[in-house]
Amino acid sequence: MALLEIKNLHAQIEDNQILRGLDLVVNPGEVHAIMGPNGSGKSTLSYVLAGKPDYEVTAGEALLDGQNLLEMDPDARAAAGLFLAFQYPIEIPGVATMTFLRTAINAQRKARGEAELSTPDFLRLVKEKAGDLGITQDMLRRGVNVGFSGGEKKRNEILQMTLLQPKLCILDETDSGLDIDALKVVSEGVNALRAPDRGMVVITHYQRLLNHIVPDVVHVMNKGRIVRSGGKELALELEASGYAGYSQDAA
Amino acid sequence: MPAVQETVERVRSIDVDQYKYGFVTDIESEKAPKGLSEDTVRYISAKKNEPEWMLEWRLDAYRRWLTMEEPTWARVSYPKIDFQDYYYYSQPKSTPGPQSLDDIDPEILATYEKLGIPLREREILLGIQNPTSRVAVDAVFDSVSVATTFKAELAKAGVIFCSISEAIREHPDLVRQYLGSVVPVSDNFYATLNTAVFSDGSFVYIPKGVRCPMELSTYFRINERNTGQFERTLIIADEGAYVSYLEGCTAPQRDENQLHAAVVELVALKDAEIKYSTVQNWYPGDKDGKGGIYNFVTKRGDCRGDNSKISWTQVETGSAITWKYPSCILRGDGSQGEFYSIAISNGYQQVDSGTKMIHLGKNTSSRIISKGIAAGRSENTYRGQVTAHRRATNARNFTNCDSLLIGDRCGAHTVPYIEAKNSSAVFEHEATTSKISEDQMFYCLQRGLTQEEAVALIVNGFVKDVLQQLPMEFAVEAQKLISVSLEGSVG
Repeated sequence: MALLEIKNLHAQIEDNQILRGLDLVVNPGEVHAIMGPNGSGKSTLSYVLAGKPDYEVTAGEALLDGQNLLEMDPDARAAAGLFLAFQYPIEIPGVATMTFLRTAINAQRKARGEAELSTPDFLRLVKEKAGDLGITQDMLRRGVNVGFSGGEKKRNEILQMTLLQPKLCILDETDSGLDIDALKVVSEGVNALRAPDRGMVVITHYQRLLNHIVPDVVHVMNKGRIVRSGGKELALELEASGYAGYSQDAA
Repeated sequence: MPAVQETVERVRSIDVDQYKYGFVTDIESEKAPKGLSEDTVRYISAKKNEPEWMLEWRLDAYRRWLTMEEPTWARVSYPKIDFQDYYYYSQPKSTPGPQSLDDIDPEILATYEKLGIPLREREILLGIQNPTSRVAVDAVFDSVSVATTFKAELAKAGVIFCSISEAIREHPDLVRQYLGSVVPVSDNFYATLNTAVFSDGSFVYIPKGVRCPMELSTYFRINERNTGQFERTLIIADEGAYVSYLEGCTAPQRDENQLHAAVVELVALKDAEIKYSTVQNWYPGDKDGKGGIYNFVTKRGDCRGDNSKISWTQVETGSAITWKYPSCILRGDGSQGEFYSIAISNGYQQVDSGTKMIHLGKNTSSRIISKGIAAGRSENTYRGQVTAHRRATNARNFTNCDSLLIGDRCGAHTVPYIEAKNSSAVFEHEATTSKISEDQMFYCLQRGLTQEEAVALIVNGFVKDVLQQLPMEFAVEAQKLISVSLEGSVG
């Protein structure tokens, strides 16, 4: 069974139609890259899948492991294994990152009917995974994303993804605002999560990220639909020719 | 539906009836005749076996009160109070006064047990409840103090901790010297009323150079119908002394509004420090705004000696109406005042609360951190006054008041009064108002938190600076209380 199956998805925000019949199938173990020009609906797709308020689905369906995502609350989708790495991670002043991580892990465990993680187990886990991503204890004590640099915010997203062990990871322009060193660290974190039972959807503007996170399938999105799919070489082709052709095709 | 909009929808159908302290204890009580008159005042004084001077003081207050008018400047509205429609004294019948724990009506003990108050020191000492928590408790039920724990151990340190009635009888010199010296008889309408009819409360005296060996705590509970509770607390820290004191309050659910008008006076002499914390959880009224406690409180601390310090910390979650401004008079040179406040309003609650920092001495400093959280249809006002007297050179104040709105039917207001008569004064005032953003909610939900967990987490982050000021034992309790108070604000 496909991990993620999207059929004819239509979605709008404030009467503005953004997704217009999108189809996508991601099988377990696969990494899919979605590329496309600004305004093609890439971020909207990630928000609609995660259940962000304000986005209204007008037609189509989206299944995660056969479960109808669109009927679930955002927290239930998270507990079912959907994780969105935000393009612009949100600040929560006064809430220590450590507290946030722990609350999130235990909320998901509770939703799945599992026991809470014990404090020593939790601390050990965070210490190990944070170390791999170069996240200091000081960062973990600070408010969630408060005063974090762009690179730190993205690394914090990957840390959360690592700790929550989702089935489906959606990375929304995770490379934006990263210098080359940070890009490497983040990519290594993502690659470490590649697994036979896990799928990834990597949304990006640039081929650069895909040198580090090598996709199995590359899709080009335009005007709310996937207009072309291919192997990783498609990304290189786009890098050379740009999106100009697609914009004209659709227009 | 958008998360915040959904929150708002749920707030509209809010059920504040989840108030978990809303039980009534069935005990017989002895009450003064309904209403207020000189006879009521005499009745109360006689019941307490008070000396003549005390009765005279009360009667003087009562006569002055008759000429005073209820203040109307606060941003709260409620039907006119009929002061003749209340009982001004109620005493559990089987308990003439605080004697040994064994004499106390088991029903009352059970009540306090339900409230989680460790009245039975034996059990505490045996480590049954919580071996690390050693807090001396004075419990006030309706109008009288029913038990004070750890008295013997405190006495060893020279600390006096008893009910105010007992102090009037046993320590008249201290009481006469300090009672009414911070909040004068005719200070304001409610303080004057309190002076006339106060029934009980706590008295603390920490002798010179003594650091009080444990936290002191009072729990107030209104049980009786139509009863006003007028407690009076007096805390004196003599030179170089230190004390940390906590007050907690609950009441049953009643359809009628119950009246609560307390007066708290703190006196800190040279180099002394008093830390006063309140966790106020009076019944806030039901979802339609029916019932709830009217809470009109005068709390004031006098930093009378040089280099003394008074710190107020409050977590206000209950009451239908809150009218309360714990203040510091910074009289001694180099004295310091602090006010840390979390005020949460939900349903139809109205809060008008803040502080006054009156700088009189040289090199005095004060700090105000106020966090207001409004949900439902509540109104939450911070009202603060900071003044520097002509002679208060180098007065310093820092004020930060932040308001957080949940939903779009509530209101947050900030009313600062700042006055410096000395050109060397430096006063800073910061204020922000924000809403829990939809983006923050979505971020938390995407990580698997439920709506309630997300709101509780964000609010706890918002109030963190103040929670840190509470004694450890109560910080956790307060944190839980905050989550409970906001239940229903998100469903």
